[in-house]
Amino acid sequence: MTGLTGALTVLRFHLRRDRMMLFWWIAGDVLLYYSQAVSTDGLYTTQAELDKAAAGMEGNAAFIAMAGPARALNTVGGQVAWQAAAFGAIVAALMSMFLVGRHTRAEEESGRDELVRAAAIGRHAPLAATALLVTIANVLLGALISGSLIAYGLPAAGSVALGLAAGLTGLVFGGVALVAAQLVESTRAAYGITGAVIGVAYALRAVGDVGNGALSWLSPIGWGQYLRPYADEQWWPVLLSVAAIALLGFAAVALFDRRDIGSGVWPARPGPARGSLGSAWALSWRLQRGSVIGWTAGMLLGGIAYGSIGDDVGDLLGDSNFSKDVFASAGGSIVDSFYATAAVMLALIGAGFAIASVQRLRGEEASGFAEGLLATALPRWRWAVAHLVVTVVGTIAVVLAAGLGMGTGFALVTGDGSAVLRLLRATVPYVVPVLLLAALTWLAYGIRSRWAAIGWLALGFCFVVMMFGAVLQLPDWLMDVSPFRHLAQMPAEDFDVVPVIVLLAITAAVGALGMVCLRRRDVVSN
Amino acid sequence: MKRSTVGGMDTVIDIAGLVKRFGHATALDGLDLQVERGEVHGFLGPNGAGKSTTIRVLLGLLRADGGTVTLFGQDPWHDAAELHRRLAYVPGDVNLWPNLSGGEVIDLLGRLRGGLDEKRRSLLIERFELDPTKKSRTYSKGNRQKVALVAALASDVELLILDEPTSGLDPLMEAVFTDCVDEFKDDGRSVLLSSHILAEVERLCDRVSIIRAGRTVESGTLADLRHLTRTSVSAELSEAPAGLDGLAGVHDLVVEGVRATFEVDTVHLGAALEALGRSGIRTLTSQPPTLEELFLRHYGEDVSS
Repeated sequence: MTGLTGALTVLRFHLRRDRMMLFWWIAGDVLLYYSQAVSTDGLYTTQAELDKAAAGMEGNAAFIAMAGPARALNTVGGQVAWQAAAFGAIVAALMSMFLVGRHTRAEEESGRDELVRAAAIGRHAPLAATALLVTIANVLLGALISGSLIAYGLPAAGSVALGLAAGLTGLVFGGVALVAAQLVESTRAAYGITGAVIGVAYALRAVGDVGNGALSWLSPIGWGQYLRPYADEQWWPVLLSVAAIALLGFAAVALFDRRDIGSGVWPARPGPARGSLGSAWALSWRLQRGSVIGWTAGMLLGGIAYGSIGDDVGDLLGDSNFSKDVFASAGGSIVDSFYATAAVMLALIGAGFAIASVQRLRGEEASGFAEGLLATALPRWRWAVAHLVVTVVGTIAVVLAAGLGMGTGFALVTGDGSAVLRLLRATVPYVVPVLLLAALTWLAYGIRSRWAAIGWLALGFCFVVMMFGAVLQLPDWLMDVSPFRHLAQMPAEDFDVVPVIVLLAITAAVGALGMVCLRRRDVVSN
Repeated sequence: MKRSTVGGMDTVIDIAGLVKRFGHATALDGLDLQVERGEVHGFLGPNGAGKSTTIRVLLGLLRADGGTVTLFGQDPWHDAAELHRRLAYVPGDVNLWPNLSGGEVIDLLGRLRGGLDEKRRSLLIERFELDPTKKSRTYSKGNRQKVALVAALASDVELLILDEPTSGLDPLMEAVFTDCVDEFKDDGRSVLLSSHILAEVERLCDRVSIIRAGRTVESGTLADLRHLTRTSVSAELSEAPAGLDGLAGVHDLVVEGVRATFEVDTVHLGAALEALGRSGIRTLTSQPPTLEELFLRHYGEDVSS
């Protein structure tokens, strides 16, 4: 096994480099599960209340599409599994993706990999060390999820199943990331591939869970949920995950053996000898077009997935008085209320594009690309505006694609052609709060390059308010900080122009302030 | 415009008492630098002395905390973009967008600077033996430097700011670079060259500024600077030398019979030779200080004196 010589040394080095990162990912994910148990217990003091709430949730197609199949919702365990399993698995998947990318393709791209490989280590040692690292991280994650829930007092079998689901899903996507890292030369492209697979896996189980469940079996996230935590556990789907992990591992090694260090299985093609890029705008479009197109296509598909639930929503909700009460408060029919919620949900996901797009500026600055550009006759403000124009245009495209997809999906299923425009119109106003999140990210970046990460915190806050605000019984003033709360919930409510204009004005002011700050500070690169 | 004429010549870069702090750390602590029109100015200093920081202030990327900085008589922070039409910059660490080809980057930078000389562009690509179709991701450090150099040298500018531009080039390419800088300078244009390659500085530069810990410790022509340092002398005489050890400026004197070797401060060279002459000189070799010695002297010792 000389090919593995030194793997443990490399592994120790990885653990040293990643200890804080691992801590935050794992602690954050464990907390996601644990907090569901605490909040469910806090919210429903009697079994009767929980029964009543469960009856309402069981029929809620939107929540099922977001979270997963509704099982044993009248137990605390069932609630935890339902609310945390899908998102918790995605967190595990993302953790694995970043761990793998960081230690394989990113190291090769930066040239640091050569430094390590020049030492007395085996050819497969870096790959093996990364695989071990991801395994350790996911085993730890799964064990801590199970352990913390058992310690809380939930049934042991279900807690083990839930932890197992998270850890195994993380490992499957770690395998996907490992294969992707062999295919392409750039880390960004490898993340793109893995991220797309995670997205497809989530969408497959969303459509499957709302429908007859067949599509959910194609999704690693679905395999985890089929362990049925707290609801008469079945263990054999573990084999599906294990088989996938083994298969992906073998594939990664086989691909690795067929390529040179530094290059991918898919070779980079030569570029043009003459460039057509002549402006900062052209450059920023060139740099971001991949993510604009990818996000737009993804949101279109996501929208179609939601839309294709059609007016079954009504059937799913059935006679549940509870949910009728809930939706009646939003006004309009149950179907309209469902799509009003879906529009916010999709807009929040789309905000991920807007924030990442603004953060490209930080990446350009930190990696030193901006330095060369700003030493030309390109003024700093125009460099920034060129990027932000792509952010704004991309955000509009991404949010509208979601609305268009939703309307089209609905129209295809129900034959109601007018739904295309109706659901598109319901989504359009959400461009504004999404842009406000982008503007906040931009302001933070303008003050200090590293602060750009604050954008994710703001999005996380809006997400918590939207998903769990009522459950956690957050005070109104706190929830009102989220700009998404202030728009009329179309199509359930009528369009109201006032909040849109107010939010636009705030966005413009925040954006202008960001520019003032950027023009006053140092441009830094490492 | 008052500042732009010093000693009857145009001053392209004029920095006086520049201070730049990063948090509590002081990177530049009263730095002075003058570059005249038509000269190649060497900018020397050990790692971390503040060379790149100075250049970034000159480019308007960093904001000065104190002192005055003018570029072509204007404020580089305030008029950055306008001034950048007149200069081209090659950073020490050339970072390029990994998915753009070298040719695309050259054209982009050129256009943003206000246009490229097409003929010179293709000539330079040929001379530097650069393959412009490769993606930047696949370029070595030297090739990334070539991309930045071609983009800079093909632009129609009055000033080149080069931050250790040849650290990744092979000797052949370094020779090409030297020729290109010579040609650039022959048209009456100016160059600020930060470098660690002393042979290159000696070969190219008219004047040199040496900085240390954020301050200028020496500035002048190479001849000026040599004057401030020691010449090593080795002589064979007709009789044992007398009176040398008492002479001002003579160091490390070793006398073996009729042979004497010593170092002498260059200002005292004349007196030392007179003393040797009294003992009858048979053979004499004297070596002017190399830039290396200059460099080491300024870097290695405390230069407060």
